[in-house]
Amino acid sequence: MTVRASRHARRLGRLLVTPSVVALLAWMIVPLAMTLWFAALDYRLLDAGPARFAGLANFAALLADPGFYAAVITTLYLLALALALSVGGGLVLALLLDVAAFGRGALRVLVISPFFVMPTVAALVWKNLMMSPVSGVLAWIAQGLGLPAFDWFAHAPLVAVAIIVAWQWLPFAALIFLTALQSLDSEQREAAQLDGAGPIAMLRYLTLPHLARPAAVIVMIETLFLLSLFAEIFVTTGGGPGNATTNLAFLIYQQALQSYDVGGASAAGLVAVVLANIVAFFMVRLIGRSLTA
Amino acid sequence: MSQIELHGITKRFGDHRAVDRIDLAIARGGMTVFVGPSGCGKTTLLRLIAGLEDPDEGRLLIDDEDMTGTAPAQRGLAMVFQSYALYPHMTVRANIGFALKLAGMARPEIDARVERVAAMLHLTPYLDRRPAALSGGQRQRVAIGRAVVREPRAFLFDEPLSNLDAALRGRMRVELRRLQQELGTTAIYVTHDQAEAMTMADRIVVFRDGRIEQAGRPLELYHRPANRFVAGFIGSPAMNFLAGPRAATFGAAEIAIRPEDLTVAAEGWSGTVTVVEHLGAESYVHLVLEDGAPLVLRSRPGEEPANGAKLRVAPVAAKVHRFGSDGLALG
Ligand SMILES: Nc1ncnc2c1ncn2[C@@H]1O[C@H](COP(=O)(O)OP(=O)(O)OP(=O)(O)O)[C@@H](O)[C@H]1O
Ligand SMILES: [Mg+2]
Repeated sequence: MTVRASRHARRLGRLLVTPSVVALLAWMIVPLAMTLWFAALDYRLLDAGPARFAGLANFAALLADPGFYAAVITTLYLLALALALSVGGGLVLALLLDVAAFGRGALRVLVISPFFVMPTVAALVWKNLMMSPVSGVLAWIAQGLGLPAFDWFAHAPLVAVAIIVAWQWLPFAALIFLTALQSLDSEQREAAQLDGAGPIAMLRYLTLPHLARPAAVIVMIETLFLLSLFAEIFVTTGGGPGNATTNLAFLIYQQALQSYDVGGASAAGLVAVVLANIVAFFMVRLIGRSLTA
Repeated sequence: MSQIELHGITKRFGDHRAVDRIDLAIARGGMTVFVGPSGCGKTTLLRLIAGLEDPDEGRLLIDDEDMTGTAPAQRGLAMVFQSYALYPHMTVRANIGFALKLAGMARPEIDARVERVAAMLHLTPYLDRRPAALSGGQRQRVAIGRAVVREPRAFLFDEPLSNLDAALRGRMRVELRRLQQELGTTAIYVTHDQAEAMTMADRIVVFRDGRIEQAGRPLELYHRPANRFVAGFIGSPAMNFLAGPRAATFGAAEIAIRPEDLTVAAEGWSGTVTVVEHLGAESYVHLVLEDGAPLVLRSRPGEEPANGAKLRVAPVAAKVHRFGSDGLALG
């Protein structure tokens, strides 16, 4: 009786989730299939004739293009730089907030606010108000110190973009770290205190190991977003100077909407997916280790 | 011969005096147990001694040296926390050796001392595990090992056995007591369990509301409680308290009689049996007297009256504890 009822219930359940499964599959499969198909076409929007089947020619062209390798390197470099800045800065900020005696609530709101600023707006603010060599705050400070103004986007464009992105992710990292810090057992700290641990030893042997796990989570989540970084580059450098800040996402954009080469862009997009999977694979292994340890 | 001396130690949280003008001398080499109901300030006093809290008033001497404002690490005391507070990402070996490493001791010597302590506490097979992979009793022993390895001037235990099951707690009690006697190190042991206090202590200090009610050897407290509170707190089942005319016949405002000091007699207070607890080696008979006063008496197994039986009981006259209206024992 109950067996039949539950079998019935299971069939009904399957039936009921079918629409959403179908919709989700369609949502994923259709674009992927179309990308695969486009990647195999010689499909340029400026050519009058119909798109021709081109086999792997788009991939061959991509892999032969030095610009592609430069974009891969730029993507990884941006990722590493932005991660280092935001995780490192977030850690310092969280440690400071954790010991802040008063105004912690207000400080926390201040710290989180960059997270609510749209990427395009943040990038524009940084470009025009902070890093501009003529009217920027940083140039003004440099001037006050008697130093020549530094043209960030001309001389260190990648670092400049990384700083902007890191600034946006800083609150996220800081808040996660702060939460983790506040969950550190106070008796553990006291035991370490009795064992003779000073602030440095406490940080090294107690606090940092305790933060390994949240750090891994922050790195994973940020990686997912930073691999497809686009708005900040689009608004500030436009991928330049030259192709100094052209990452994979921006390369795809250039191929598709500046060269009107749908086939090439699709091929680059597929390669980007593979690359993201490789990075994700290593990240998950790395983090998996720190989560089980 | 006292090693730790407290003079007028007071700690306030807001308006509340958690520890109220405590004067106490703790003997060298002995096990002193702080006992009292929950919230009476035992943990706070222990933390004051450890240096984890600063007293609002009073002085603390350790080995005749004023340590009132000294940093915890410099006091030479080791504490075992109720939660054990093991370092979760370190192995048992690193946990035990942490203090020695921070003190800058050479690696081979640390290893030797850790091994010795681990052997003493039967932890040798677990040295390379992390705390998460240990049972509660093993974690407990690691926490003790961490204290022992430092060869401190004194151990401070804050309810170290309260997270263990009853059987293990009984075993650890004895083991801990033996270890402390072997090492000859002064120890302060906090518990709210009076039975634990009785079995472990050289000297018991009974607290209530941040004040000391009585301090003395376990049997001293058992046989000569200084006041009504100590009389009710020490011993299980608790003493029987009787007021009114029954107390008046003994010339007291209130009298207290232990269950083992009541006997069934021809002449005495008459009551009705309500419950009989059979514990095997002994039984406890719960009675209600005619005016509704409850009474517990101990009886040998096989001699218990039946439920609902009416009987008369009388105290052993020499064993009646008498208290004045202020709650203090009368001479
Ligand atoms: N940090 C604190 N802030 C405010 N009040 C506190 C603080 N620590 C303890 N108290 C108060 O001080 C009193 C004594 O607390 P304490 O922890 O010393 O009790 P205890 O005797 O150890 O009790 P238990 O047997 O439950 O552990 C309690 O009333 C408690 O509420
Ligand atoms: Mg306590």
